Amino acid sequence: MTKDAPDQPAELAAQPVSWRKRFGTARLYLGVFIILVWGLGPFYWMTVVAFRDASHTFDSTPWPTHVTLENFRNAFDTSRGNDFGKALLNSLIIGSATTAIALVLGVLAAYALARMTFAGKYLISGLILSASMFPAVVLVTPLFQLFTDLGWIGQYQAMIIPNISFVLPMTVYILASFFAELPWELEEAARIDGASKLQAFRLIMLPLAAPAVFTTAILAFIAAVNEYLLARLLSGEQTKPVTVAIASFSGNDPLVQPYAAIMAAGVIVTVPLVIMVLLFQRRIISGLTAGGVKS
Amino acid sequence: MSDPSGPKQRGLALELQRSGKAWLFITPVLVALAVVIGYPVFQAIWMSFQQDAGIDPATGMFVEGGSAGLSNYTHWLLQQCNSLGGTISCPTGTLGSQFWSAVWVTLFFTVVTVSLEALLGLGMAIVMGKTFRGRALLRAAVLIPWAIPTAVTARLWEFMFQADGVVNRVLGTDILWTSDVWASRFAVIMADVWKTTPFMALLILAGLQVIPNDVYEAAKVDGASAWQRFVHITLPLLKPALLVAILFRTMDALRMYDLPAIMTLGNPATNTLSILVVDQVRQGPNSAAALSTITFLLVFGIAFVLVKVLGANAVRTQEEQRKAA
Repeated sequence: MTKDAPDQPAELAAQPVSWRKRFGTARLYLGVFIILVWGLGPFYWMTVVAFRDASHTFDSTPWPTHVTLENFRNAFDTSRGNDFGKALLNSLIIGSATTAIALVLGVLAAYALARMTFAGKYLISGLILSASMFPAVVLVTPLFQLFTDLGWIGQYQAMIIPNISFVLPMTVYILASFFAELPWELEEAARIDGASKLQAFRLIMLPLAAPAVFTTAILAFIAAVNEYLLARLLSGEQTKPVTVAIASFSGNDPLVQPYAAIMAAGVIVTVPLVIMVLLFQRRIISGLTAGGVKS
Repeated sequence: MSDPSGPKQRGLALELQRSGKAWLFITPVLVALAVVIGYPVFQAIWMSFQQDAGIDPATGMFVEGGSAGLSNYTHWLLQQCNSLGGTISCPTGTLGSQFWSAVWVTLFFTVVTVSLEALLGLGMAIVMGKTFRGRALLRAAVLIPWAIPTAVTARLWEFMFQADGVVNRVLGTDILWTSDVWASRFAVIMADVWKTTPFMALLILAGLQVIPNDVYEAAKVDGASAWQRFVHITLPLLKPALLVAILFRTMDALRMYDLPAIMTLGNPATNTLSILVVDQVRQGPNSAAALSTITFLLVFGIAFVLVKVLGANAVRTQEEQRKAA
């Protein structure tokens, strides 16, 4: 990528060139501005409406007016059938359990794929990658029947187990690309000192990989919390995650969507994720691109 | 640098022993995937050849189960519905009659969203690749649409696209974005492009950053214009990253469900194949299984074409890349 290289050699930097340069800078900041509005605009609008009195939901004043916290209270109002607190807890449980299982299984496989040579390695990494692109809708019919027979519909495992199907492959290929980038020398040294492959993995590689595992955990958690299709059919009233809750949000009047409360609920779900993104921006990007471009 | 795969003269026995260790690491994942993907897939294929409970058109009696032959497939592909007089072509409004429209809508969404995302993502990546103050902040900002759960995105855009919502206010129109045929399709595309372009941009940016700077310097010395450098250096060198990004997004777009299912609830104009399958599950699980199998074959076929014809080599491993580097 060009790193702010001037368009002309310095000795030619006469008047017309500097105009060109200024035009370039203006164009760059215009681009930055457009991207910022693109990324933040709708999110900003959600926040404004969430804090605005419900009777002014459709006002188009671009800044907050008639500020109230009423919408947030309504989002949690169980008397309207919107137990959003419970939904948040459910998403936390489903997301964490899925992430934990995927990490425990995924770390081992990723290590083997990145660090060991064995027959069938490319076949397996190809298989795992194609599993991550698998359409979830294929799973839904048999799982709906199976979980109905087992009496699992509306229990947490009915969502955690299917979530593994897309979180696990993602975990494996992101971790594998991280593992491959760790220095080989340390591991070789441990092996020469007589450590077994398993010991080298546990004592040397795993501590080194801790930040990568953490990054992968964030990505896996976001993916698991995002799931809607399977949860819609497999969750029950008590295990509804936020995605299902927010899609079926209801108000006093069944014909009028309580958008103010929905936007408030949206803000509640989004804010922790936005904070995570702001804090771990670098790691998230390296994780996303590791999975996307390199593996 | 030592050979990363270690000394090769350790002998076959050791090699096999090593392989054994590797399988010890890999097996748990394979078992887990066999349970969560393998089992449902084969179960779905088996179900797709079974009969749904319902009225047998031949006898007029209520039947449950039994082999259905290919009738679950002909139900969708030829739009044949059961009735007392035998099979008839599915009446308008039934799920069976929506199959080809769902195929068309799915492919239309995929082509339009992926093209727009690739173009806009490329533009965003070029801006984000420049050096300026607050670059990290900009990269964090574009991640926000990506991080918001799709269900929330769907509700947010559904709200903005309401008849008296902000989109109509800004445009000074009163379009029925969630119920009109083409307006609702546009609304879904807009929301999807908003949500996933950042992801595309980051993948493309990663590809851009791999291109060595001295290639550009050399081209500049040779007097190539900015446009020429873009067309003759950036695009060809970016091709592998771009194709991988397009492959990933295509697979994602083909299974699109959340946005149209929530945003334009019940509007057949935006029914994708995934929506049709989920709607069918409770009405007739076996024909839903046939439809999901058809969907799977379609997605698989498109992935195959992309990988083979375009050469989007997504399963290239780290080691191969290191060797190539």
